[in-house]
Amino acid sequence: MKFKEILSAGVPLPEEILRREMAESGVPVELLRREMQKLMEVMLEEAEKQYGKRQKTLAGFTGDNGSKMASHDAVMLSEFSHMATVVALSLAESNAAMGRVVACPTGGACGVVPGVMYALKKLKGAQYDELLNSFIVAGGIGWCIEKNATIAGAEGGCQAEMGTAAAMASALLTYYFTESGEKAANAAAIALKSMLGLVCDPVGGYVEVPCVKRNGIAVNIAISAAEMALAGIESVIPFDEVVEAMHRVGKSLPESLRETGLGGLAATPTARKIVKDLKLRQHSAEKQ
Amino acid sequence: MSLLDVVGPVMVGPSSSHTLGALRIARFVYKFVGGMPDRVEFVLHGSFADTGFGHGTDKALLAGIMGMHADDERIRDALRIANEKRLDYSFSVEDLGDVHPNTILVRANKNGKMTEIRGSSVGGGEIEINRINDCECSLSWEFHTLVLVIKDVPGAMGQILGDVRVNISNLYLKRIDALRKIAVGIVETDEEISEDCLREIENSRFVEEMYYIGRDADEI
Ligand code: SF4
Repeated sequence: MKFKEILSAGVPLPEEILRREMAESGVPVELLRREMQKLMEVMLEEAEKQYGKRQKTLAGFTGDNGSKMASHDAVMLSEFSHMATVVALSLAESNAAMGRVVACPTGGACGVVPGVMYALKKLKGAQYDELLNSFIVAGGIGWCIEKNATIAGAEGGCQAEMGTAAAMASALLTYYFTESGEKAANAAAIALKSMLGLVCDPVGGYVEVPCVKRNGIAVNIAISAAEMALAGIESVIPFDEVVEAMHRVGKSLPESLRETGLGGLAATPTARKIVKDLKLRQHSAEKQ
Repeated sequence: MSLLDVVGPVMVGPSSSHTLGALRIARFVYKFVGGMPDRVEFVLHGSFADTGFGHGTDKALLAGIMGMHADDERIRDALRIANEKRLDYSFSVEDLGDVHPNTILVRANKNGKMTEIRGSSVGGGEIEINRINDCECSLSWEFHTLVLVIKDVPGAMGQILGDVRVNISNLYLKRIDALRKIAVGIVETDEEISEDCLREIENSRFVEEMYYIGRDADEI
């Protein structure tokens, strides 16, 4: 299933995506819509609840980034980008603290899509149905990536997880403002291209460093890519081909850069040291 | 994977295989034994054993065995809640042999009866229950699951299946004790089996034990 095919079906994009899902799973379109609506509600609820909150994460490598960003008056980011960044960081930290999240596409990248949705709702007065339709388009983008490549960091590196999240969020924004499937595909392609090659290297195997901050950055890549698409900028390489390229790059990544916690940032002296310190703390806690 | 696996599920962090999958395995056991057991032992294998404690696998397992759903916000406090409920639990690490890297063995004791279930978290929160007591199987719990200990006599399974009265997706049958003439049958169905049907099956003269583990409603 290529995104191109979904686009050329001749019916509104969200409808066509749900129709295809129904054909595959047998779940009626109305029920699917309601499920998507529930997921969107949980995302927005959690964004509200966790906004700028400090978290006690499992490893304790992160936990106050959302809070720092929330209490900082942005010097360069727009109000929209700032708010989306706060949500992305806060939800990623909530995930690391065993909070409730919606995997999108995974737990590690769970802050990106809610980040843009929350900002649309709060700052652009987004109406429910339009937001839901755009969210379904984002789902369609993620779904195509999953079908033709992978969305798992362990298989394709962080480009597969965070790159997919950014592609989804940029398509969501673009569809929201333009209702154009082509433009949404351009935005998704530009966002994914910008994350191409990103490796998965969580320190100690914990979904904290660099994952939390990558949520905060990916959401801004999504916003910039969408802004470009709104300006009429097109991706020279079409979305479906970018997905194929991402897949090939993912396959050529060595295992040490695919969620093993052995390569990349995880192999730096500082990473080794904080992991060692943590292990010592855990051991002494167990003994008590 | 379906659209709702790409977006969703609602879960507690941080990792779908280390928390969500672990919770679902324990929750399957909870439903299988008919509630929170009196005593439970979790044997962790492979990656669960290496990184499980840091990823909250212990909390997820306890939450599941106490019957919590995957999106329950009390999961992070599961250790404390288990102590409050006076659940007798223990964790150990063991090499379970040639099994999936994220595998766990749960030994649960409820009302003096011991149940042993082995499951693997195979990614994205999906699970595979691969052994129930001595019976090897491969259950995804994407269906409603009926586990039966039946008399191993001609026609037994045929008659029981007649009572199920919904579409059967998968069926396993295995003799477990030739001497006592006992077999285990596992039936997976798309639709829920009605209480009336279940009662009829349970009362069948061929059925010695019956366990019905309905799929969680929130998991499409
Ligand atoms: S570095 Fe790996 S674990 Fe972290 S967000 Fe990226 S893909 Fe997920």
